[in-house]
Amino acid sequence: MNFGGLRALDDLSLDVNTNEIVALIGPNGAGKTTFFNCITGIYPPTDGDVLIFAHGDNQADRINGLKPNKITEKGLARTFQNIRLFPNMTVLENVMIGRHCRMRAGVVGAILRGGVTIREENKVVEESYAILDKMGLAEFVNDFAKNLPYGAQRRLEIARAMATEPFLLLLDEPAAGMNPYETQELDELIKQIRGEEGISILLIEHDMKLVMSLSDRIFVVDYGKKIAQGSPEEIRNNPVVIKAYLGEEFDA
Amino acid sequence: MFLTFPIMVIRINPVEQIVEWRWNNMIMVGVGSFLLSFVWNYLLKRKELGFKKAESGEEDQSVSLIHRILGDKRIYIPGLAAVVIFTLIFPFIFSMYQTNIMVTALIYVMLGLGLNIVVGLAGLLDLGYVAFYAVGAYSYALLNYHFGLNFWFALPIGGALGALFGIILGFPVLRLRGDYLAIVTLGFGEIIRIILENWNEFSFGPSGIANIPRPSFFGINLSVHDSTTYTYYIMIGMCVFTIFVVNRLQDSRIGRAWIALREDEIACQAMGIDKAKTKLTAFSLGATWASMAGVVFAAKTTFVNPASFTIWESIIILCIVVLGGMGSIIGVIAGALVLILTPEYLRAFSEYRMLAFGTLLVVMMVFRPGGIIPNVRRTYKFTGVKTADKS
Repeated sequence: MNFGGLRALDDLSLDVNTNEIVALIGPNGAGKTTFFNCITGIYPPTDGDVLIFAHGDNQADRINGLKPNKITEKGLARTFQNIRLFPNMTVLENVMIGRHCRMRAGVVGAILRGGVTIREENKVVEESYAILDKMGLAEFVNDFAKNLPYGAQRRLEIARAMATEPFLLLLDEPAAGMNPYETQELDELIKQIRGEEGISILLIEHDMKLVMSLSDRIFVVDYGKKIAQGSPEEIRNNPVVIKAYLGEEFDA
Repeated sequence: MFLTFPIMVIRINPVEQIVEWRWNNMIMVGVGSFLLSFVWNYLLKRKELGFKKAESGEEDQSVSLIHRILGDKRIYIPGLAAVVIFTLIFPFIFSMYQTNIMVTALIYVMLGLGLNIVVGLAGLLDLGYVAFYAVGAYSYALLNYHFGLNFWFALPIGGALGALFGIILGFPVLRLRGDYLAIVTLGFGEIIRIILENWNEFSFGPSGIANIPRPSFFGINLSVHDSTTYTYYIMIGMCVFTIFVVNRLQDSRIGRAWIALREDEIACQAMGIDKAKTKLTAFSLGATWASMAGVVFAAKTTFVNPASFTIWESIIILCIVVLGGMGSIIGVIAGALVLILTPEYLRAFSEYRMLAFGTLLVVMMVFRPGGIIPNVRRTYKFTGVKTADKS
């Protein structure tokens, strides 16, 4: 990925298997969020491929350069580092937006409001409510998203992403700004999503405790390059990673 | 007090070459501004109290009176019935002049509701909205002039043409947002007007097109008086239709997508909403209503010329939406009636008409930035764990 002459991501390859939690870590400005933006189509990658292998067969589906909404339709859903909810919509509507691409009603359907549209609307309301219930947000259904406490806003963002029925959930710093208790809750929530829904998760996170406890595998990037990959245990003891985070260790 | 001193107190009499000192006026101004400042401060304080209440979570207090009335079936139904009866007998109890004003106001209700889709719901600031209004008016005028089509045929054709123009405008501005969008739409509005003014062979230039027939009633030609009444009923019908459609759209999949687009464009795209398609639907639907209103306008005045479609019209329509309450249907209706009827009925004080109008706008924006009747999102009630019920 290049921005003019700046190479933001350099030959960074990463893979996520079905039902796996993978973490992407690295110092600030390493290019983690840029990587997310490349995958989800917010920036078209200048080079390289984003491939998805649909369940069952080995036929790769190349998705780079598609518009973000198409990519979401393909089954990749993301959250944002700085919360990007729809502040003046209710919590339920936020989740219903997530289901948008799984609905079909058009302008004519909306005006005539025929049987098909009504059924679809009711189904969406119920499904959205079920998602909120699962996320522990049921009490806020009719509140404006902007009036929610911070931790709940984070959870709502995940709920909204879940509503698009993804097979891969990309979480950009889900624990940013959370207190230790909320982080603990989040930890359980993510494990629950993986366990119950069978969704793979790729997350960017700075909270090492959370990363270590959650991830099956970890990728480390610095200056747009992959510097290490492996299990949490390997990463913890990898000298290159320690150097990237803490600087040169022994120099005297 | 000191600012008004030269105007209110000193009067120079040029005939006798003396200066009159009107000290009485100074006292009036002083007392007046003193009292006004009290009212102003009181209102400001009340507004701040309101904010505090809303913050501390007293939800019931912050729901405005009007919404409580609307929510209460006992008041709402007789109220609605009264409004319906009043609108139905309106042309019989008031003069033709009054009916005519009302038709104009209703045209603006329709324009406001159309623009409400674009500005209020989808959050696309459109300053060239009047262009679509012009498209509608001229499509009826020209179709009638060249092919002799009557009102009822021109109405859907005008609407379709409006939608087409909406899409034409929509394509180049897909990437724009906020101020940039406003400027481009402003330019578009002016382009349409200038084309109409200068392309003599097509639109007959600034002299416009006259002798456009009024709406026909199954081929019977009505007198001017009857036809005004008839136009009034047509407008009522169309407004009801518009309200019906906008209301349905608002709570549909499309409506939610528009609001999401207004709230956060990037997140909305990342949630699987096709930004381009959503914006184009908003533009074309908004334009359709404007065009249909334009057709009625042409039929009502029987004459169109480019002078009716200046930027000032766009701004008035935008004021209606902002003043009434962005995204709120009943607010926009109230806004249109206030903004169009006030200057008409203030004709008596014609000199101060625009002054009063301006003051009204400023006061409104200070005390009710959300509009006369702000929008409330629909709420859902969940009785059981999985049963959804709309309230």
